[in-house]
Amino acid sequence: MTESLSPRSHDDILDAVRWAVAEKAPLEVVAGGTKRGWGKPLRTNHVLDLSALAGIRLYEPEELILQAAAATPLAEVEAALAQSSQQLAFEPPDFGPLFGRPAGRQTLGGALMANLAGPRRIKAGAARDHFLGFVGVSGRGETFKSGGRVMKNVTGYDLCKLMAGSFGTLGVLSEVTVKVLPAGEKTRTVLVCGLDDEPAAAAMAAALNSSHEVSGAAHLPAGIAAQSAVGYVRDPGTSVTAVRVEGPGPSVEHRCAALRTLLGAWGATEELHGRNSAALWSEVRDVSYFAEEPMRAVWRLSAPPAAAAGFLPGLVRDTGADHFADWGGGLVWLSASPDEAAADRIRVAADSCGGHATLVRGPDALRAAVPVFQPQPAPVAALSERLREQFDPNGVLNPGRMG
Amino acid sequence: MLTMPDPDRNVLGRRDEIVAALRAIVPGEGVIDDETGRRPYECDGLTAYRQLPMVVVLPETVEQVCAVLRYCQGAGIRVVPRGAGTSLSGGALPLEDGVLLGLGKFNRILDIDYANRCAVVQPGVTNLAITQAVQQDGFYYAPDPSSQIACTIGGNVAENSGGVHCLKYGLTTNNVLGVQMAMMDGTLIRLGGKHLDAAGYDLLGLTVGSEGLLGVVTEVTVRLLKAPETMRALLIGFPSSAAAGATVGAIIGSGIVPAGIEMMDRPAIHAAEEFVHAGYPLDVEALLIVELDGPAAEVDHLIERVDGLARGQGATEIRVSRTEEERVAFWAGRKNAFPAVGRISPDYYCMDGTIPRARLPEVLDRMNEMSAHYGLRVANVFHAGDGNLHPLILYDANVAGELERAEEFGADILKLCVEVGGVLTGEHGVGVEKRDLMGEMFSEDDLKQQQRVKCAFDPDQLLNPGKVFPRLHRCAELGRVHIHGGQTRFPDLPRF
Repeated sequence: MTESLSPRSHDDILDAVRWAVAEKAPLEVVAGGTKRGWGKPLRTNHVLDLSALAGIRLYEPEELILQAAAATPLAEVEAALAQSSQQLAFEPPDFGPLFGRPAGRQTLGGALMANLAGPRRIKAGAARDHFLGFVGVSGRGETFKSGGRVMKNVTGYDLCKLMAGSFGTLGVLSEVTVKVLPAGEKTRTVLVCGLDDEPAAAAMAAALNSSHEVSGAAHLPAGIAAQSAVGYVRDPGTSVTAVRVEGPGPSVEHRCAALRTLLGAWGATEELHGRNSAALWSEVRDVSYFAEEPMRAVWRLSAPPAAAAGFLPGLVRDTGADHFADWGGGLVWLSASPDEAAADRIRVAADSCGGHATLVRGPDALRAAVPVFQPQPAPVAALSERLREQFDPNGVLNPGRMG
Repeated sequence: MLTMPDPDRNVLGRRDEIVAALRAIVPGEGVIDDETGRRPYECDGLTAYRQLPMVVVLPETVEQVCAVLRYCQGAGIRVVPRGAGTSLSGGALPLEDGVLLGLGKFNRILDIDYANRCAVVQPGVTNLAITQAVQQDGFYYAPDPSSQIACTIGGNVAENSGGVHCLKYGLTTNNVLGVQMAMMDGTLIRLGGKHLDAAGYDLLGLTVGSEGLLGVVTEVTVRLLKAPETMRALLIGFPSSAAAGATVGAIIGSGIVPAGIEMMDRPAIHAAEEFVHAGYPLDVEALLIVELDGPAAEVDHLIERVDGLARGQGATEIRVSRTEEERVAFWAGRKNAFPAVGRISPDYYCMDGTIPRARLPEVLDRMNEMSAHYGLRVANVFHAGDGNLHPLILYDANVAGELERAEEFGADILKLCVEVGGVLTGEHGVGVEKRDLMGEMFSEDDLKQQQRVKCAFDPDQLLNPGKVFPRLHRCAELGRVHIHGGQTRFPDLPRF
């Protein structure tokens, strides 16, 4: 039987973790609970549910910072930012529907702890790049903080980077501070239809190597494009390569026109405005195309952008996976059969280019059988384990989730 | 008074044997043990502190770096890594009983990879040399610390260096994709690569800005960006620093993130003008340089908006660069502000705190009170967009007591930065300079947790000890788990 502890304050978290240490009772740490299926299945009898630690504490648009309780719903943060025409530039995906849960439930702390990043990753960075400071409780049952509420800070080790992507295995955060940025006044997306993976990669590289400040570059093979809710993407019945620009109106119009000229070398171009552009990029961001088949395994492969075209044909042939690319080819999403053979093949592809593959969604049996995160070379794995022990020597915080 | 870890008498007594062992690893002139040869390494950019290292080693291969570290770990010898020695916080200050490990010979650019928009370089390559190697193809490396002609990328990684363009383009940590790094035990690891984000814990993000305490970087993969089509700047004078600060807030609040926003106060403006004759207005209290970059259509549009916002805040003088020469001239005074101040004072001490920008007028007022109290002048240059303040304290080291007063003044400024919600250092690092002020910002538990990070990388604490942390705790002591008494009862929390 699982029992849920619901702290209402930082001190409550401290009490709960100290109790867990004394009783050797490991905790599963959750907030919105949208990403509980990401990582090794946990076997804990107690859930530490942070949901009550919510609320924006400080938002100063002119200072570009926002401070909030860690479990503040992301939707609340984004709504507050939109009032001042600002945004979280790392464009955090909402993976709720991918895991068969409702949309709009995830929290700011969850987005940071999973180091989320959407299509704008290539221009603006990931959650790690916007995480300025935190207060939390280590697995030792001690309060600790790092960073601050200013953008430029090199005082001490950058533990925000270490926390980002640690999936709650190093500490429980109670309060976080993030950098926020103005949202582009205008957005346009240039589409090229009918390209195979390789010419699509070349077209995206040409756009990214231009001075047009591209903020999204994705390629959807025909089968994926057919699922889009955007008519301009779905109706041609071919693959679609999409390149996004954002910014002040006159600039966006100029860059959109320049990109249409540049990409015209690969085929006829089309452009998406406002709502259509936003709809396409939220599908890409949230991996909506893979939400419909919950039994398939969903993999996220990070690679040097120019390498993907080399390994993709073989990988797709061997595994029968559906795929699409974001980040100009540097991020490949795969929907594959939930078996170990496909997992091994995907890991080989990631290794071959020096990248890494993560099993984001999969049945418990598969997540128990294969590593969820790319296995590291022995010295790096040993170093990571020594670090984890320094933060949580008793293994009370999400034990084994990243194992 | 700065105290460094007590020298190990046993190590000092074995000096000849140690030098011989190092010569067996790094042949020829790569090991320097004579005093004249060691002298150039006795300090870095923080020249007030000097210490002759026991021996200097300048390896040429990664294998030699690993072998030197492995030997030193085995023999219990401390090691201080060094790039170009431009640190302003004493990050490369040698130890009396330590090996000074210089990476200057690692000066090759290994791979320029436009398809992946990155370059792989050795740690001794200077920051500017990366941009110079790719600019003919229209690319550049974004972080541009003011020492970029001399400072090395390895040092930039250690210090997480910034520059005037980091508001829009980020710090070193946002522009480095990967490193190869030798650990203190001689193990070579790779963190990151040409792809984005970490497979597991973000050890790369942790390493950047770790001030040479976690490992010795032997190779760096940096992101390359395409240079913007157009760059133009505005030079704007204000009757008060409050009006200049409010303008910065108005620009950012209206959704514009300029490539750079720099502010100078009256003493800095006058010193710079006397030095480079940039044509700065002398009848203003504060000067802003606002640089915008991008397509011409965007830059023209934003210049109009910034112009309007500045007028709205009471700017008394606004100039807009029409040519590249004019833009460079606007920057000339700012870029030479440090040497300009050096001309009007025998010595100056450069501080580096960050504050929430809205607190600027109050911080400047308090700084002027301190200036009167200590009897030392201060000039301010300010990365206004991100709140990073560089007060320059003017003093004369030949006047007894002035250096000490300048240091006390500097410490008071940094305490003030923390008091108003800021931090001790924005881009220069803690090093030895701000080490003993860490308690102003962090609790003992905060600092212990940071030192536990060090223990995971370097359990014997042989790599660059005496930097960053005011008190050294043994790793065994830090590792102990404290079971908090009275916590065996189930916590009194809502349960379901």
